[in-house]
Amino acid sequence: MTKNIMLVGVGGQGTILASKLLITGLMEAGYDVKMSEIHGMSQRGGAVSSQVRYGDDIQSPVIEIGGADILVSFEKMEALRWLKYLKPEGKIVVNDYEIGSMPILSGKVDYPTGVIEELRSKANTTVVDATKQAIMLGNPKVMNVILLGTLIKAMGLEKLNWAKIIKDNIKPKFVELNLKAIQVGMNLA
Amino acid sequence: MKKLLTGNEAIARGAYEAGVRFASAYPGTPSTEILENIALYKDDILAEWATNEKVALEAVIGASFAGARAITAMKHVGLNVAADPLFTNSYTGVNGGLVLVSGDEPGTHSSQNEQDNRNYARFAKIPMFEPSDSQEAKDMIKDAFEISEKYDSPVLFRITTRLCHSKSIVECFDRKDIEIKEYIKDLKKYMPVPVHSSIMRVKVEERLNKLEEFSNNTPLNYMELNDSKIGVVSSGCCFRFAKEVFGKNASYLKLGFTNPLPKSMMSEFAAKVDKIYVIEENDPIIENELKILGIECFGKNTFPYNGELTSDVIRKSVYGKGNETIEYDESKVIPRPPMLCAGCPHRGFFYEIGKRKNTVISGDIGCYSLGFAEPYNAMDWSVCMGASISIGHGAQQVFNMKKDNETRIVSVLGDSTFFHTGINSLLDVVYNGGKSINVILDNRITGMTGHQDNPGTGYTLQGMKTEFVNIEALVKACGVKNVRVVNPNDLKAVKDTIDWAYNLDEVSVIITRWPCVLKKFSKEDKEEFKDVFKDKCFVNHDKCIGCTKCLTAGCPAISFDKIMKKSSIDSNTCVGCGVCMQVCPVKAIAKEAK
Repeated sequence: MTKNIMLVGVGGQGTILASKLLITGLMEAGYDVKMSEIHGMSQRGGAVSSQVRYGDDIQSPVIEIGGADILVSFEKMEALRWLKYLKPEGKIVVNDYEIGSMPILSGKVDYPTGVIEELRSKANTTVVDATKQAIMLGNPKVMNVILLGTLIKAMGLEKLNWAKIIKDNIKPKFVELNLKAIQVGMNLA
Repeated sequence: MKKLLTGNEAIARGAYEAGVRFASAYPGTPSTEILENIALYKDDILAEWATNEKVALEAVIGASFAGARAITAMKHVGLNVAADPLFTNSYTGVNGGLVLVSGDEPGTHSSQNEQDNRNYARFAKIPMFEPSDSQEAKDMIKDAFEISEKYDSPVLFRITTRLCHSKSIVECFDRKDIEIKEYIKDLKKYMPVPVHSSIMRVKVEERLNKLEEFSNNTPLNYMELNDSKIGVVSSGCCFRFAKEVFGKNASYLKLGFTNPLPKSMMSEFAAKVDKIYVIEENDPIIENELKILGIECFGKNTFPYNGELTSDVIRKSVYGKGNETIEYDESKVIPRPPMLCAGCPHRGFFYEIGKRKNTVISGDIGCYSLGFAEPYNAMDWSVCMGASISIGHGAQQVFNMKKDNETRIVSVLGDSTFFHTGINSLLDVVYNGGKSINVILDNRITGMTGHQDNPGTGYTLQGMKTEFVNIEALVKACGVKNVRVVNPNDLKAVKDTIDWAYNLDEVSVIITRWPCVLKKFSKEDKEEFKDVFKDKCFVNHDKCIGCTKCLTAGCPAISFDKIMKKSSIDSNTCVGCGVCMQVCPVKAIAKEAK
């Protein structure tokens, strides 16, 4: 059994922290785990992706095109950018949130319309208003952990000790907030 | 103890466990985090940022001569800079073990080229290791030090971006205490004057012969025999990618020690399988060796020369098709290129210089390379670290030969890049009477690789307080008479300074001094740049005339609503640098009251 999870978004959205929490949980659950991320210039607002693979014996750290079981997108249009990586029977978890890229911000093109509809027509899609939920929790940055919660539920991994993983990996003053966030995310799944 | 480590973290751990005492590097993707992680072992390892890769390797050679195990790490193009000491260090050999980690970039994720540094091991005639995951990376570092000392040679430890930035589970052990060896003066070993180096030259060949024997017998190279119809010969991450595709349906010759290659083992493996695929990224190094041995194989006639050979690429190459995918409307996906951050101190300079006519802008390697892109269109070329000034100089000399020439060259590079190799270039301009305009974008940090200290920041890698190198004084000491320092967020000052430089008929240097918006401020930064990045700007919609001039600042915080015909500033993103306020022709942008 091998499962492939792709987390995508825009540089600065916290995909890497969410992936790190996820793989820590998977390792503690006894799985072989590999994770790959490509960064470098992505800090400057570029498209980013983290790939997580787990199972009995994982060789490659990279998910193939058409190989992901689940695609978690922290931004709407990014889900479409990486959709070719999803298996035809795979699932999407998408944050209903827009971030304009340079051609959009400069007014050359418009942000595409009907993104969520396009996703829904192509695959089993869960739309989460994670950014709004995060603001309601008092910090828009915990959007990433809300989405992690939704992902965990969708993968059937909610039994792992996420409270401990959050406590071990997040600065004490943010632990409480993140514990709430992961729960909110699970409830949204 | 088991940990999830990236390849870079695993190498740092390996260095710690191997008893390394000294480490030096210049940051460069994908290898930067190796030194950052080694630096965490403060009590056991002295870790330093060097000014460039050549300096780093030289410092490490010195540490080795003095008797300590020492390591350096660099990106692939960094080894071009460090090649000079490497080739002669191959002759002198080592005292304490020496390992050079080269982070190659198949797929050019964050680099200017895709060179295959395995060629350096052959070229310099030194042993090479290629781990395929984090566990191997950590373990092989320890082997590499043993080999370095046993065979008296620097070792090339070749990794790729995928290994550097992938995490997998690693079993960690304690540090092995390795005494610093005695240094014994030995001119025949350390002093390669011709009378000595001609003898060393012979020893290098003898060493290669011994290393080949090792290569044929080490468990670092091994066969995994399954189905005999397909045989795969591979090294590094490619081995993992190949296993993902073929599983038990192929036999493998897995190579971890790859220079010299294990020729007898390769022949032995070839005799056991029907058909051989050589799966290696970039150059056909293993493939050519097999062919020299007279072994038929499929390599670059089947797999691409460029990019990563991930499992989907291999699958497509071998079977002609990949996995089934979802078809969708790709026109809805708008490109998302990297861009200068909100508050980036490079913005004001590129906004102003991009407006100049008869100007050729000689660029360099750093975040400011993005000056080439929309909306600034303010760069003509870049080649390698520190090259902007010297390439600009040569170009200006030739433009000046042209009749009625008015072209001005403006060479642009960052503070860390200036320290890296820009200083020599500036000396060259001054010495030869060049007339270029040279701009040092001093954002007080090494930015693009993720905020590493450098000689201008006043702190070392391990947090020691040190001298601040004064760039203005340094430039003057190089002989430049015309030097001005300017705040890049003050567009009028930037414009005036550029005017001043254009009106000179001799070399000039402009230093734009303002910190990177992502920098963690030091005590001194807090004093010099008080309350910076704490403001927010907003657009007064009553005043905004919808001209979209503000968009030419290229700030990710500004967007334009086509229906309302008004610009807006995202207050979560804005840090109040104020560049857009100066760009707006009707003063519709202001700072929020605190």
